[in-house]
Amino acid sequence: MTASTPVDDTAGDLRVETTAADRASRRGWPVGALALAALVVVPIGFLAVSVLNPNTEVWRQQWDTRLPGQLVDTAVLLVGVSTGALLLGSSLAWLVSAYRFPGSKAFGWLLIAPLAMPSYVLGFVTLSVFGFTGPVQNQWRDWFGRDAWFPEVESMGGAIVVFTFVLYPYVFLLARAALADQAGSAYDVARSLGASPTEAARRVVLPMLRPALAAGVAVVMMETLTDFATVQYFGVDTVTVGVFRIWRGTFDRDAAAEFATLVLVVALMIIGIERIMRGRARFGEAAGAAAGLGPRRLEGAKAWGAFAACASVLLLAFLAPTLQLASWAYGEVTGPRGTPNTERFLEFLGNSVQLAILTAIVCVLASVFIANGSRFVSGRSTGIAARLTAVGYAVPGPVVAMGVVLSLVALDDVLEGIGLGLPGAVATGSLVGLVYAYSIRFLAPGLNAIEAGMAQVPEEVTASARSLGARPSTIVRRIHTPLARTSVVTGAVLVAVDALKELPIALLLRPIGFNTLPIWTFNLATESRFEQAALPALAIIVVAMIPVALLSRQLSRGVERA
Amino acid sequence: MTAVPLRLDGVVKRYDDVTAVDGVDLELAPGELLALVGPSGCGKSTLLRSIAGLVSIDAGRIRLDGVLVDDAHDRLPPERRSAGLVFQEHALFPHLTVADNVGFGLRTGGADDRRSRVEEMLDLVDLGGFGERFPHELSGGERQRVALARALAPSPALMLFDEPFASLDHNLRIKLRQDVAAALKATGTPAVFVTHDQQEALAIGDRIAVMRQGRIRQLGTPAEIYHRPVDEFVAAFMGTASFLPIADDATSALGPIDMRGVEPTAAVAMVRPDDIVFAPAESGDAEIVGAEYHGSGWHLRATLPDGTDVHFMVGHLDPPAVGDRGTLALTPGHRQVVVPRP
Repeated sequence: MTASTPVDDTAGDLRVETTAADRASRRGWPVGALALAALVVVPIGFLAVSVLNPNTEVWRQQWDTRLPGQLVDTAVLLVGVSTGALLLGSSLAWLVSAYRFPGSKAFGWLLIAPLAMPSYVLGFVTLSVFGFTGPVQNQWRDWFGRDAWFPEVESMGGAIVVFTFVLYPYVFLLARAALADQAGSAYDVARSLGASPTEAARRVVLPMLRPALAAGVAVVMMETLTDFATVQYFGVDTVTVGVFRIWRGTFDRDAAAEFATLVLVVALMIIGIERIMRGRARFGEAAGAAAGLGPRRLEGAKAWGAFAACASVLLLAFLAPTLQLASWAYGEVTGPRGTPNTERFLEFLGNSVQLAILTAIVCVLASVFIANGSRFVSGRSTGIAARLTAVGYAVPGPVVAMGVVLSLVALDDVLEGIGLGLPGAVATGSLVGLVYAYSIRFLAPGLNAIEAGMAQVPEEVTASARSLGARPSTIVRRIHTPLARTSVVTGAVLVAVDALKELPIALLLRPIGFNTLPIWTFNLATESRFEQAALPALAIIVVAMIPVALLSRQLSRGVERA
Repeated sequence: MTAVPLRLDGVVKRYDDVTAVDGVDLELAPGELLALVGPSGCGKSTLLRSIAGLVSIDAGRIRLDGVLVDDAHDRLPPERRSAGLVFQEHALFPHLTVADNVGFGLRTGGADDRRSRVEEMLDLVDLGGFGERFPHELSGGERQRVALARALAPSPALMLFDEPFASLDHNLRIKLRQDVAAALKATGTPAVFVTHDQQEALAIGDRIAVMRQGRIRQLGTPAEIYHRPVDEFVAAFMGTASFLPIADDATSALGPIDMRGVEPTAAVAMVRPDDIVFAPAESGDAEIVGAEYHGSGWHLRATLPDGTDVHFMVGHLDPPAVGDRGTLALTPGHRQVVVPRP
């Protein structure tokens, strides 16, 4: 200890000498994060409020005409698709987790491939191959005569089958993860206590899987609800189709928005169903290092039966339609007709890429801000903001789209009121509205990826950097972003691919004359020009394979580790 | 003249309805190393983080190096406080070399000045020549020394250690805490050193503050804390102790107690294991009920007829066995301590 006398410092400074920069960095994060959350929530709020002042005329007209049928169709479709996806997804997950058979490990990640197949693509391929004029029915009639019975493809049943094949991977993924992470030791304990395999599966594994299955089914229902393109091929008339019909038919945005609240109500009901199905169980409650299920080896016919089951699903849902598209596309590109004119393909591809990149930039910047904000400012506001900004993913595309229309119209009015009128109709025909709506909808996957990356950066690293005198902006640049780089890239890719595939929001909000690959595909398919739709459809699938491949790599790594 | 490196006045930190830090006053002398010790959850880490500016306090004032940095309304962010931080682990920047880690906090001076400062700091922690390595190429002990060099490089007015060696093995901890103490003395940097390990606190601290439930129960030199604990909690927390009831005539089962003015009914006598002698005797009233070998000797536990547990040590190689009987007495010349009856 030194002997020098310390200065008595109690008399001096009585206030903390903060600078403007200190205060800005302290308040900037929560204020910014809440502002971002508001940008996400306000459009949905606008939409919800619009129904408080209903246009009774529109509702009465709808009620007298299509609405009752639409409600029935929506319910039947949701129940049918979720049942189908639940059965298919969970049985495939059980097969590849509980048994070993030829290819079982590869199927573990191959079976998620249909995630890259948009329903509006599988839909038109199915129609063209199995439809009345398609090759299958022609062959059928050749064999069994002109009036031989064949199930109606252009029907509710057809739509349910197509959605089931495209959406079962959500249930499969979550069920498989739960089986791999938690169910093993509980299953072993149940067996050691004298339960038969089936009894252990029914009494122990299934209840443990319930939260995962509930979450999977909820995603499946949301994805089904958000669609209004695929269902139109099959003549299924849901409430979501209703929004599109009103908007495109009358351009009455208030009526369309009000009608979209109906979709929002269905979405809320789905979330409620998930909560009820999940019960009081929560994810990740397995204590400590819970082991996965120890798989049993299948022999002979059983093994090949399991193989055939997995292979046929993969073939029907992904391989066969992709090959069909490839052969059509090849025929078109090399064929004498010279369609589909490649210039337009490149133009639409450019539009899609532009939209995807803009959306990815917006979402990544917002996500980086939010993920860093909760690191620098301890407090509830940043946490709440992070959760609010993610709600867009659980809101069907048409709801987001109509909400954005209402908000931009309101903004237009305000700007005009203060004499700053924007040129042209911002609300109904600009890229701004489209990127805004896409960003609301796809912020969640980007934010999840970037938050996961930030979680890998220990709090102590941040604290050390601050105590060494680095300002938050410096830490974001020099420490956090370099360390979370992979996640930032992953987040950008996930958002971009989602944006590239998106059809419903684009159909509702695109500027006149602005086409994306999905819109073009959809338009050609609606006109039954399937061969011409093949090239853009194939392009979408190829791009959509990127995140699926990323996911597969993670899954196969997980298997290796185990 | 030197400013007081750290001064806390009535610091309070609440989390919802839990008061983690409950009115702490503390003043550090220049160059002093204070060990802040207590059981987990006693608020010692929260207090350390409040000083660093990582958590905001609800009441009180914190002055660092004569500068008011937090008055529970306004506060300076961590980057504007002159405090260096060393954590348990994981705190090096994994994507930067050792030299870039150590140089991270250096903002003034030219590139040459910074480079020579980095070298000086690496030499101080015996890691000269390690500058181009990456953190993952170092051992746990080397990483902690880099963290120390990095925190000392900008010449902070105060160093803060949050259980820095908790993840290292026993022998390495002893070596490192000697290195840390040496580096702090060499640079004259005062420090607050949080630990839950009593031995570490006794070994490293110029003074020790024992915390419990958000409050400092006792502040003093290691010898004061160990031999003159203010209460049974501090006594038991800082090392093995026996607590003997005292009769009205100021005697305990092991002999007379120097009450120094305290009412016998209000107190118990605290006796450390090395203050007791044991004599084997078939008719003795103490029965050995437990024996642990500690290398340097045996730690024995005996019960007295009134049920009191007594801990004591014997050095020889032929210790009494469990079930043996004998008599216990206070070592002549050792003074006992009385603490308030709990």
